[in-house]
Amino acid sequence: MSALFILIGISILVAAIFLMAFLWSVRSGQYDDDYTPSVRMLFDDVPKLPEAEKEKSKPGSKHK
Amino acid sequence: MLSENNLCSYYNLEENPGIKTKGKFISEKFAYLDDEAIIQKLVQFSSDSQTNVIFRLPQIHCSSCVFLLENLHKINEGIITSSSNFLRKEVFIVFDPHLISLRKVVELLAFIGYEPAISLNDTVKKKPVSFNRRQIYKIGVAGFCFSNIMMLSFPGYFSGGNIEQAGLKETFIWLNFALSIPVLFFSAADIFIAAWKGLRQKYLNIDAPIALAIIVTFARSYYEIISSQGAGYLDSGSGIVFFMLIGRWFQNKTYDSFSFDRDYRSYFPLGVTVIHDGVEKNIPVTQLEEGSRIILRNEEMIPADAILMRGLANIDYSFVSGENTPVEKATGELIYAGGKQMGSSIELQIIKAISQSYITQLWNNEIFNKGKNEEKSFIHPWSRYFTFALFTIAIGTGLYWWMNDPSKILPAVTAVLIVACPCSLLLSATFTYGNMLRIFGRNKLYLKNTSVIETLAKINTIVFDKTGTITQNKAAVVEYKGEFLSAMDKAIIKMATKQSAHPLSKMIAASIHDEPGQLFTVNQYKEFTGSGLEAVINNIPVKIGSGEFVPGVTGNISHDTGTSVHVELDNLYKGKFQVQHQYRDGISEMIKRLKQKGFDLHVLSGDNTMERHNLQKIFDNAAQINFQHSPQQKLDYIQSLQKNNKIVLMLGDGLNDAGALMQSDGGIAVSDNTTRFSPACDAILDGANVKLLDKFIAFAHSGKSIVTASFVLSVLYNVVGLSFAVQGMLSPMVAAILMPASSISIVLLVTASSTGSARLKGL
Repeated sequence: MSALFILIGISILVAAIFLMAFLWSVRSGQYDDDYTPSVRMLFDDVPKLPEAEKEKSKPGSKHK
Repeated sequence: MLSENNLCSYYNLEENPGIKTKGKFISEKFAYLDDEAIIQKLVQFSSDSQTNVIFRLPQIHCSSCVFLLENLHKINEGIITSSSNFLRKEVFIVFDPHLISLRKVVELLAFIGYEPAISLNDTVKKKPVSFNRRQIYKIGVAGFCFSNIMMLSFPGYFSGGNIEQAGLKETFIWLNFALSIPVLFFSAADIFIAAWKGLRQKYLNIDAPIALAIIVTFARSYYEIISSQGAGYLDSGSGIVFFMLIGRWFQNKTYDSFSFDRDYRSYFPLGVTVIHDGVEKNIPVTQLEEGSRIILRNEEMIPADAILMRGLANIDYSFVSGENTPVEKATGELIYAGGKQMGSSIELQIIKAISQSYITQLWNNEIFNKGKNEEKSFIHPWSRYFTFALFTIAIGTGLYWWMNDPSKILPAVTAVLIVACPCSLLLSATFTYGNMLRIFGRNKLYLKNTSVIETLAKINTIVFDKTGTITQNKAAVVEYKGEFLSAMDKAIIKMATKQSAHPLSKMIAASIHDEPGQLFTVNQYKEFTGSGLEAVINNIPVKIGSGEFVPGVTGNISHDTGTSVHVELDNLYKGKFQVQHQYRDGISEMIKRLKQKGFDLHVLSGDNTMERHNLQKIFDNAAQINFQHSPQQKLDYIQSLQKNNKIVLMLGDGLNDAGALMQSDGGIAVSDNTTRFSPACDAILDGANVKLLDKFIAFAHSGKSIVTASFVLSVLYNVVGLSFAVQGMLSPMVAAILMPASSISIVLLVTASSTGSARLKGL
């Protein structure tokens, strides 16, 4: 039964880790703008192309 | 359409990297951005290698905008990164000041179609909103502690308080003790502060009984734990805090991209071109002094009252007075601030400081300093009754046990205070109004905060502005009456009116469709100020203008309902174009419904009486219609209505209504383009939905009924809880079941009923 003590400790620790993760995500501004990133992810492959290709590549028909 | 254009211009830019931002617009417009003082005020952060700046771009409307704005670094090497915030309609730009100047950045944005909205107001730096984050931290911490305390309390409930393992029960209890401390001191701090503030002003708000309940709950729990009597009510106590914070967060949703408290500074330009000893120089508008000579270009705004020194002034005062037609001014005449010059450049001499000018004087009125009386919500009186009833019961319980079994006084009285927390009362109001705020938002009525809903439910008098509120701003109907015009005739008229900058000419030109494949030469062209124009096109003489200017049309002028422009082609009178203000769709039906409900209706217009006839038709003689009211008169009018115990809702647009909107109990700014600037107000309404006004008001009424109904339900829950408490039988388990059950059921009820009511009302 004394295993329970360890388990309780672990469960609270895990929950605390999640709380920390939540606080970190708020601090880093992830809740400041909950719309733009959903749009941004649709485009973000273009800037990553190498410099030479960048000149040639044209973004496709990505407008709404 | 626009998104395609934007993207197209983007493609063009990419094909020609390094394209210069020439032509297309007058680049002098942003000359003031070279001024060091202005730059200092605009930028957020500046170092040798990079400058950070945030611009408001009202034009952001789709995902393509985000794409374009975040790829600015590909268009110009000087821009290091740019990231946009869609909801706030802002872009954050980091650029290298050695490679590109602030002015160039703004010009680049304007060139690709996103002219930043830079106003005098932006130079007063706003603090970043860290308050919101703090609230989210508090919710996170409360949620974490609440769920863990709940989990650790369950074993005690299921075993009836007898856990066999030695030490396990104590471990649970002391862990709960530790977990509850951040809830009490961090998460619940706001509630205590609000309650304390209310008490200090000798005002019992709803936070006071909640704060009391929280303190009693935690104090008794700590006492029980420390004296090893039991586990206390920590789970219920932290649950109350958690639900309360969620409710607040839900209610306080705000519309980031709107600003509800603008004054004239938001409208006025930031910089202005002054002439000093024959040298043009850009200075911040705040440094403008009496006697300065300034140059105003096309579409620039007059910052202060001035005298016209040189040039042909054609001032559009629609912003100030609601008058649609530009006014022509001759040299030496006084020009009031707030107008916009249309046409060529003019030179002005400033005669009054900005804050003393005619239009800005409105803001010296005390109403703008005092601000609106913060409406006290009707839930506060309710909570007062609640608190009195609660104390009565608590004292009664105490007296009863004092006579029968004094050992039970303390447990019973504290149990009463714990279980009778008015949190479900508060939750019902916050969730109902929070949900209604969203429903209003979906119907394009954007409220400043939830207390506006209560105001809407109270009003009995509605005042409308004319221009831009019940009429549409742009789409005036141009109707031709007279002899038949051939395609050739029409094309000639279009060609002639195109030459003129007069708004009536522009409207007529826009109303005639292009006939492709025809070539015209303008042989002669002459414009007569205030009366019309004369031209010779393809050797055919054309004369277009007022009834007096184009002869042979006497007699039929008096029947006109709008403004008429007469046409003479080849020395023969042809007919007239009637330009009429377009009234918004569904307005007259809406007025009829409002009338049936017994609202007192008024119209306040800054415009002339030309539309009186039409307005009377729409309002069916149900309204008092007033013309030629100055901004100050509008404010006074509202004030006099309020003195007669009317609760006034004002609908208006533009700066000329700013005073009236502020003075009224509820001010709604009507805007065809909600991203545009609107004056200080309580709510912003999309022009297309003015016709829903009666439904909005009806919905606001139903909101109050929903809150009242849920109050009754929460009182029932309290009766159940109290019946346990007065007998001294409130176990932590009963509290732990009753508290979340009542909160959740009330939240579900009010959300469902407010959504259902909106459906019924057709919103």
